Amino acid sequence: MTDTERHEYDVLVIGAGGAGLRAAIEAAEHGLRTAIVCKSLFGKAHTVMAEGGCAAAMGNVNENDSWQVHFRDTMRGGKFLNNWRMAELHAKEAPDRVWELETYGALFDRTKDGRISQRHFGGHSYARLAHVGDRTGLELIRTLQQRIVALQQEDYAETGDYEARLRVFAECTVTELLTEGGAIAGALGYWRESGRLLVFSAPAVVLATGGIGKSFQVTSNSWEYTGDGHALALRAGAELIDMEFVQFHPTGMVWPPSVKGILVTEGVRGDGGVLKNADGKRFMFDYVPAVFKGQYAESEEEADRWYADQENNRRTPDLLPRDEVARAINTEVKEGRGSPHGGVYLDIASRMKPEEIKRRLPSMYHQFKELADVDITAEPMEVGPTCHYVMGGIHVDPDTGQSRVPGLFAAGECAGGMHGSNRLGGNSLSDLLVFGRRAGLGAADYVAGLGRRPVVRDAEIDAAAEMTLAPFAPTAPGVASENPYTLHAELQRMMNDLVGIIRTEAEMAAALDRLGELRERLHDVVVEGHRQYNPGWHLALDLRNMLMVSEAVAASALMRTESRGGHTREDHPGLDPQWRHRVLRSRCPRGPGDDAVVPRVVVEPAERVPMREDLLALFDVAELEKYYTTPELAGHPAGHSAGSPQGGTA
Amino acid sequence: MSYTGQFRVWRGDADGGALADFRVEVNEGEVVLDVLHRLQATQAPDLAVRWNCKAGKCGSCSAEINGKPRLLCMTRMSVFEHDEVVTVTPMRTFPVIRDLVTDVSYNYTKAREIPSFTPPAGLAPGEYRMGQADVGRSQEFRKCIECFLCQDTCHVVRDHEENKESFAGPRFLMRIAELEMHPLDVADRVSAAQDEHGLGRCNITKCCTDVCPEGIKITDNALIPMKERVADRRYDPLVWLGRTISRRRD
Ligand SMILES: Cc1cc2nc3c(=O)[nH]c(=O)nc-3n(C[C@H](O)[C@H](O)[C@H](O)COP(=O)(O)OP(=O)(O)OC[C@H]3O[C@@H](n4cnc5c(N)ncnc54)[C@H](O)[C@@H]3O)c2cc1C
Ligand code: SF4
Ligand code: SF4
Ligand code: FES
Repeated sequence: MTDTERHEYDVLVIGAGGAGLRAAIEAAEHGLRTAIVCKSLFGKAHTVMAEGGCAAAMGNVNENDSWQVHFRDTMRGGKFLNNWRMAELHAKEAPDRVWELETYGALFDRTKDGRISQRHFGGHSYARLAHVGDRTGLELIRTLQQRIVALQQEDYAETGDYEARLRVFAECTVTELLTEGGAIAGALGYWRESGRLLVFSAPAVVLATGGIGKSFQVTSNSWEYTGDGHALALRAGAELIDMEFVQFHPTGMVWPPSVKGILVTEGVRGDGGVLKNADGKRFMFDYVPAVFKGQYAESEEEADRWYADQENNRRTPDLLPRDEVARAINTEVKEGRGSPHGGVYLDIASRMKPEEIKRRLPSMYHQFKELADVDITAEPMEVGPTCHYVMGGIHVDPDTGQSRVPGLFAAGECAGGMHGSNRLGGNSLSDLLVFGRRAGLGAADYVAGLGRRPVVRDAEIDAAAEMTLAPFAPTAPGVASENPYTLHAELQRMMNDLVGIIRTEAEMAAALDRLGELRERLHDVVVEGHRQYNPGWHLALDLRNMLMVSEAVAASALMRTESRGGHTREDHPGLDPQWRHRVLRSRCPRGPGDDAVVPRVVVEPAERVPMREDLLALFDVAELEKYYTTPELAGHPAGHSAGSPQGGTA
Repeated sequence: MSYTGQFRVWRGDADGGALADFRVEVNEGEVVLDVLHRLQATQAPDLAVRWNCKAGKCGSCSAEINGKPRLLCMTRMSVFEHDEVVTVTPMRTFPVIRDLVTDVSYNYTKAREIPSFTPPAGLAPGEYRMGQADVGRSQEFRKCIECFLCQDTCHVVRDHEENKESFAGPRFLMRIAELEMHPLDVADRVSAAQDEHGLGRCNITKCCTDVCPEGIKITDNALIPMKERVADRRYDPLVWLGRTISRRRD
């Protein structure tokens, strides 16, 4: 491929959301020549949509907060199968990462004494989310974007070239990673604008491509969320973990149909909004699960007092972790107590003055006014679950972000482990900053320690290029061609119906069959038109990734015969401690006769690394016994149950 | 509740193009972007449209609807009569790439020319203290989703390619105001706003404010106060004296 554009960098960051930008800043600050590639324009990545806030135990609002409390909340939210080392690093480092944003120019909302204000969110013991109204993601991405520009200005002052060391390749999609001898050598992609191919040579690649929600019909996610990083990693030889865990956010818009799935921030509940069914009942009091008994208010009066006095009251069950709330809404609707459009009511209008609502939740006010003709200061919203976040992702080393492929790093939503079976709201933005930085650092160290750089081979470039252009080739004579839009719509409907919030063995098996059919049909997709900004072609390529990732999700969900967090099996409704210590790993064995377009994914169980003892000791044995098997707790300093102190160490 | 809507969509590339007529299904509650997506899925699979969040948050889907700069994902079909022809064209101020997608690199070039946030020396991370009232002004400007509709509409550059070189446009003049009003920023961009970024060309017509989907009062809250700062500095003899002396010392 002599006509392809070639570029050489030390570090190639794929993704310009919070994780990618933070990784690039770190790599660039370590003196490495760094490229950032993203499918959208610079500053438009999915992170821009985050609303509620960024969790960090700064203790600005409640000084009892600490990394230990944040760590415990995160592990509880994930039902104890989070990678504990990631949860530890995250809880310890998040405050520094947020404060650092202020040095880049971020302007968070303030407390009375001028510090960063923090708000309540589900599953967090204290007001912990740094925020800017309900547009925190915008502040985060703009701040990082402007930091990148500042670094480019420094380079300009020194070299006369803004892009001497750090360049953004916007509207550019990576379709394949290139390796030599199993180590990363570079990547191939195309410019969306022109359709021209380009090849990067780089010994280190940081994947920061975000999530997979576009495989589902009802989702809060944007078109970018086609699981590219997950699939690129699989094809390059890395493993995914925890793919059965998909978070359905309890509150998405349900009406009108064209906006179904768009997110209604949890901040509405954090600031006082409550869920009600068609009978006007605050139903969440009926849904506090056994593992959380005693931690939430048991009457409306106590719940309402909590907003003003958190020391002496327990929080409202409206703020249970997301998996619990989503399942509760699902049940209310199924049992006939839903709203007219198949959701439930989220009421803030009766609980706060209109001006206060507009000040605290401006984009929610705007969103409902503009898109649904609903004035949230006067009437309740109708909401229901929407596919929101994937907990599963690329298996990485917690400290460096490196996958098992040398030179391949991952951070942010496309990396797995940090959130266990269920992510707490606000823990993603902080995850992006903490592990984005670590992956950038990991990549920098890796490149510095490298003797010889792996070389991109022409044969591999040719193969990747051919695969990228394949959708333009006509089908064999007599074979009808497929339309990528139709295939995508079928995949979304199928994943929603069969691999949604509530799952069964029969449904997972059916889903895998359907995925097999779709895989076959993808071969016959033919796109019209030419290569210049052609959305049909882009979708055809994205479908490869969506099918692989969907197979990983369905196959993992079939194997895990228990219910936990973002994975609910109707046929296996309980938590099973034997499953807590097991992790499901997805990989591509790439055997002979495998499909080259959508290689097969296999899922295998493995053991999780047991939690370090000093971290385990942060929990009360009585709580751990709800999740752990007895032999696993033999190492706990408090020994065995009965009468161990409430609450553990602060 | 569904009906057949009439659409005219500009199709073409840098070499030229024309409006193409479509008849397409429209359903209750839809926005213009939904209808364009239906066109892609059923009649024009290679129709180029830039979008991302479909929730009014990313500022990708800017175009002109019946001649007005708007976000495609936030323009509801219910604002049109059923028999009204809805005409969708690309933003006029920026070069067309294809169909509704334009080359907005002008904006990224301008963004790079504005000196970045400069914190005070010696203030450690975590020690920043600012009152809500003091950050409020800049926060309004930071609501900007960079849709560039204000840039598209400003008559200084709309149909005036020759002015682009010397004019940052409302979005980036507002960025200067944002930094100048940041309680802790220590850099000075006031003179540069006038001399390098073209603040003087703005004659406060407020067209930018009118099209801003975030409802930011660009003219009143950013541009006019910046003009006042420039004026204060230019005509205040003491400031003038101070600047002259410091220049001689350099
Ligand atoms: C509506 C909404 C609200 C949310 N609110 C919150 C919140 O309040 N708090 C919180 O903590 N979390 C929140 N989340 C979750 C959080 O926003 C995301 O998990 C997070 O932003 C993901 O960031 P990221 O850096 O991993 O990826 P993203 O920001 O999604 O960026 C992915 C990047 O990868 C690029 N990319 C993908 N594939 C390719 C490819 N093949 N080639 C080149 N580039 C590619 C994309 O173009 C993009 O630049 C919310 C999510 C949604 C949907
Ligand atoms: S107010 Fe100034 S910047 Fe805004 S449109 Fe008018 S001339 Fe342009
Ligand atoms: S100021 Fe308003 S119109 Fe201009 S780019 Fe920002 S959001 Fe768009
Ligand atoms: S698609 Fe994001 S603003 Fe319209």
